[in-house]
Amino acid sequence: MTTVRAPARPALRHRLAERGIDRTLLLLVPGLIFVGVLFFYPLMYGLTLSFQPRHGGGPFANYRDFFRTPFDRNTILTTFKIALPAALLNVLASIPLAFRLRGRVRGKRLITTLLVLPITLGTVLTADGMLNFFGLNGWFNRVLRSLRLVDQSVTLTGNYWGVLISLIVSGFPFAFLLTLSYLSGIDPSLESAAATLGAGSLRRFRFITLPLLAPGLAMTFCLTFVLAFSVFPSAIMVGDGEGRTRVISIAAYDAAFDAYDYSKASAIAMIMATIMLIVVSLVLFGRGRLYRGATGGKG
Amino acid sequence: MSAGVLERAPVDRQPGATRRRLVARPGVWLTWGLVIFFFVNLVGVVGSVVVSSFGDHWFDTWWPGGFTTRHYAKAWGDFGLFHVLIVTLEVSLIVVGVAVLIGVPAAYVLARRSFPGKRLAMLAFVLPVLLPPIAYGIPLATALYRVQLANTLVGVILANLVPSVPFVVLTMTPFIEQIDQKIESAARMCGANTLRMFTRVLMPLLLPGILAAAVLVLVRTVGMFELTFLTAGADSQTLVVALFNSVSGAGIRAPQESDAMAVLYMLTMLVLVVLALRFVNPTQLVTRVAEERDR
Repeated sequence: MTTVRAPARPALRHRLAERGIDRTLLLLVPGLIFVGVLFFYPLMYGLTLSFQPRHGGGPFANYRDFFRTPFDRNTILTTFKIALPAALLNVLASIPLAFRLRGRVRGKRLITTLLVLPITLGTVLTADGMLNFFGLNGWFNRVLRSLRLVDQSVTLTGNYWGVLISLIVSGFPFAFLLTLSYLSGIDPSLESAAATLGAGSLRRFRFITLPLLAPGLAMTFCLTFVLAFSVFPSAIMVGDGEGRTRVISIAAYDAAFDAYDYSKASAIAMIMATIMLIVVSLVLFGRGRLYRGATGGKG
Repeated sequence: MSAGVLERAPVDRQPGATRRRLVARPGVWLTWGLVIFFFVNLVGVVGSVVVSSFGDHWFDTWWPGGFTTRHYAKAWGDFGLFHVLIVTLEVSLIVVGVAVLIGVPAAYVLARRSFPGKRLAMLAFVLPVLLPPIAYGIPLATALYRVQLANTLVGVILANLVPSVPFVVLTMTPFIEQIDQKIESAARMCGANTLRMFTRVLMPLLLPGILAAAVLVLVRTVGMFELTFLTAGADSQTLVVALFNSVSGAGIRAPQESDAMAVLYMLTMLVLVVLALRFVNPTQLVTRVAEERDR
């Protein structure tokens, strides 16, 4: 019996190693500790803090107040009104351009490099430039006036349009580069096959490319929407900061750094994260129902 | 390859079709028209900042009345830009260093091993990159306040590390996966211990990937507004936060001073982007984790 049992029960170290657990895994530990301490712990801390309102009133007082106060509650709608059009526009506009630039096109690298610039420059710089360029006496309005397209300058900063434009300036390149990478992943010979069978360009797009690209587009929409939904600096700089551009991140910031009510601020941050999670999972759920072939746009 | 030829085949059937196609399809013109419109506005946005920063007085005209560099001198003194630049440099270099030190070993394990809970570990690294900074930045800033690290350089560095470490992990994992594992086994067989194998064999192979990840983290950290803004005090703000503060809290100073700072920020970014493009392709600067995750 003992001779049989001995090989059946090797040392613990060996048994663990067989399942992939050995000393190499220790290399992972610093990273996990780091993410745990600086990401998950603060998130949990914020979550529990949000249930301990500063002014009492039960654990859900912060959330109840948020949804009962129109000034706060409306920030959700405001944010959607800005983020949804921005994300949709960015994704839809990037499809035709990505079509022009897939495959090998002259100047592709130049265009992608130029498009990377507004993203790396960031929203703060874009907003500062917009104040000059789209301002009442900026070049944009001057051109419009000298072309007699408008009689009076159009107000494009300090309101809803300012924030929307800033989201397009930084969001469109982002959406385009993503769409391009998804589109490049689709095998062009599929379309050629359809063309050989006599399908016109519209039918090829409708029945071949679009179904393959759709999952990638859903992903692009998600990421662009999350970016737009968390708009913060430009909503202050080129928005009016109150009223139509008081987005939810401003509400959270105000609660934390104007009212010093960290409990309420955490609650708003949690609401914000939850809304984003809901939208993303809705889109991704819809995406799961789409066709995901072997040759898809990587989506 | 033949793919490019095949793709164009349906359109190029008759000779001279390329020329006629441009006339025949307004969609093409519309697309390019919109792209050009976008770029013209982009150049306008950036250009107006540059022109304004050198402008002597610029009110109701196409072009400033004269040119001067005094806004730079004034901005340099008023905003304490030397100090701000030093802080920016300190924060971003330390963040890059620490992120690489923590991230690369973790990426190595994730690329080479399969172990129980690996998907969970992967998720733990994906979430901080996916969640927008402002959503977790506020709880993080609150937690940092509690341990009295907010408004300090350490706090800013810690906050900026939160998305950077996972970013290094996520960019390095696919890079390490494509290095042939047999090379490591061969080194082992020739008698190299773990340290020697790592420094003599793996490190030289990893270096291009580490450089790419480091330069991407550098660009992101210098441009990272939200986390720095939420955690920085007056002494620990980076260039982009100082720029935001001067634009949004203006009133006393001439807007040209902010523009001068914006140009300085732009130049810093431009240098970094040119540097980055030597190591990575442009798309990598923006696409975050989408591609890694959808592998």
